[in-house]
Amino acid sequence: MTGRVSASGVRIRRDAPRVTWLQLVGGYLVLGTFAAVALLPILTIWLTGFKTNADLVESFFGLPRAWHWENVAAAWDRGRFGTFLANSLIVVVPVVLGALVLSTLAGYGLARWRFRGQQLVLFVLLLGLMAPMEAVIIPLYYDMRAIGLLNTYAALILPQVGLSVAFGSWWMRAFFLSAPGELLDAAAVDGAGPVAALRHVLLPLARPALLTLGVLVFTWTWNEFLLALVLVSDDAVRTLPVGLAFFVGQYSADVPLLAMGATIVSLPIVLVFLVFQGSLIRGIVGGAVRG
Amino acid sequence: MRRPGERRWWPWAFLAPGLLVYGAFVFLPILDTLRYSFFRWDGLTPPVPVGLDNYLRALGDPIFLKSAANNLLLTFWFSLLPIALGLLVTSLIARSGLPGTRIFRSAVYLPQVLSLVVVAVVWRWLYSPAFGPLNQLLEGLGLGQLARPWLGDFELALPAVGVIGTWYEFGFVTVLMLAGIQKIDESLYEAARLDGASAWQQFRHVTLPGLRNEITVALVFTLIAAFRVFDLIFVLTRGGPGEQTSVLSYLIYRSAFQRNEVGYAAAMAVLLTLIVLAISALIVRRREAAAEAAA
Repeated sequence: MTGRVSASGVRIRRDAPRVTWLQLVGGYLVLGTFAAVALLPILTIWLTGFKTNADLVESFFGLPRAWHWENVAAAWDRGRFGTFLANSLIVVVPVVLGALVLSTLAGYGLARWRFRGQQLVLFVLLLGLMAPMEAVIIPLYYDMRAIGLLNTYAALILPQVGLSVAFGSWWMRAFFLSAPGELLDAAAVDGAGPVAALRHVLLPLARPALLTLGVLVFTWTWNEFLLALVLVSDDAVRTLPVGLAFFVGQYSADVPLLAMGATIVSLPIVLVFLVFQGSLIRGIVGGAVRG
Repeated sequence: MRRPGERRWWPWAFLAPGLLVYGAFVFLPILDTLRYSFFRWDGLTPPVPVGLDNYLRALGDPIFLKSAANNLLLTFWFSLLPIALGLLVTSLIARSGLPGTRIFRSAVYLPQVLSLVVVAVVWRWLYSPAFGPLNQLLEGLGLGQLARPWLGDFELALPAVGVIGTWYEFGFVTVLMLAGIQKIDESLYEAARLDGASAWQQFRHVTLPGLRNEITVALVFTLIAAFRVFDLIFVLTRGGPGEQTSVLSYLIYRSAFQRNEVGYAAAMAVLLTLIVLAISALIVRRREAAAEAAA
């Protein structure tokens, strides 16, 4: 800390305005309160997952008196969360990879050339980006039924690749437009065609943009609910959020087991967030928001 | 832009795979929703064209209107309140440069990455009537008479859902505002102080105009969130008690997949989509007009 203390207050950074002690204490009080309100419900539900109903009658907060690891096994087997977790991974991985590849190609096509119909393509993609899932899901259900894809992973993967491409094409186009033009020109002088320029010049530069896109698509897909609710009715194909939603109905009185289910659904995404929060927040601030 | 020797179809070669998947599984279904909305269809027997009947029915359906009104009420909790709180907290702390602001940012953002089903499970428990932490807390504070079956209470169920929205959206709004306020030139504040501007005047005349873009983005996305809310309602209340927490997305789901009124559901989905698109267009246009007026 480069600050210095004076009679009238502190300067926390050299360029920051002087802060009085009152503001300092008040500031941390505000920060602490809001952070606690955000975090406590989540931390409590994680801890509750390791308690018993009897523990809960005594106290909601605090660490479990004994850690009931058997709750993990109960949720995993009885609640079928092991299956749901596997299903979520089977869906998320192809969606992220597919979205990255197709968005890179489309974004490059949209950024490098001007062509007839370009504005129309951009508008059509924007529509899919803005429309609520309700605008897609009804015909999608009947289409999937007609081609026999209900209750398959493909029914969950394909639409989510499509939705992610709508956003990803705009995102990667913005990145390619911001890439220095002389790099492309240099590649062109070397006789590199569009494919070589993409592979050897632009892709190495695109890693941060791709990382952000990947984390965003992972988060959206991991948490997707309506699509998985409607297109899949078989437990063997259900993903974590839908599995948890039906679990709530079945085990509504068993709070620790429900809490353990919620823990299994939330822990992976929180870990992803903690590792990649820089990329994710850059994405949000850069306008990367989809509902 | 086309370089010598490059063919006309190059861009389409790059676009084709993405557009194919997008077109088949997103764009064509959107067009089909519009088409379905002009038919009466139960999903099995042949559809019957009914013109605008589904739309007229929706506009005269008390449950549709009630659900839309509930979405509108939720905008206070999902949008206005988080933005007000986000502005307050950001202007209190951001320019003081308190160490730990980054950790704070991560902490308040955390709810945003959670599945809304998880959020619903957490709050369902916090609100639970008999032994719920919230009621126990009130009991412990000697305010036991305030304890309620929150989500089952006719008056309080919708606000109870709304509070969850505030809790969930606060982090998103605050991350935007914190990033925005860093970009405001410190000299503007110094000039304001030299002119004797109070803290409120600095907020009103420097911070607020400086955050115009961020407020626009926050408004667009949180208002849309208030109109799209589905997961929370599905897990917490199923629209009840009565129709007190029914919202458009849930009504559409119920009509399409439980009552098999596919055409009617499609018409309501079109209306919801129009609302969402109108919100975005209105806010963005107004901002552009304001920016032009200022220039």
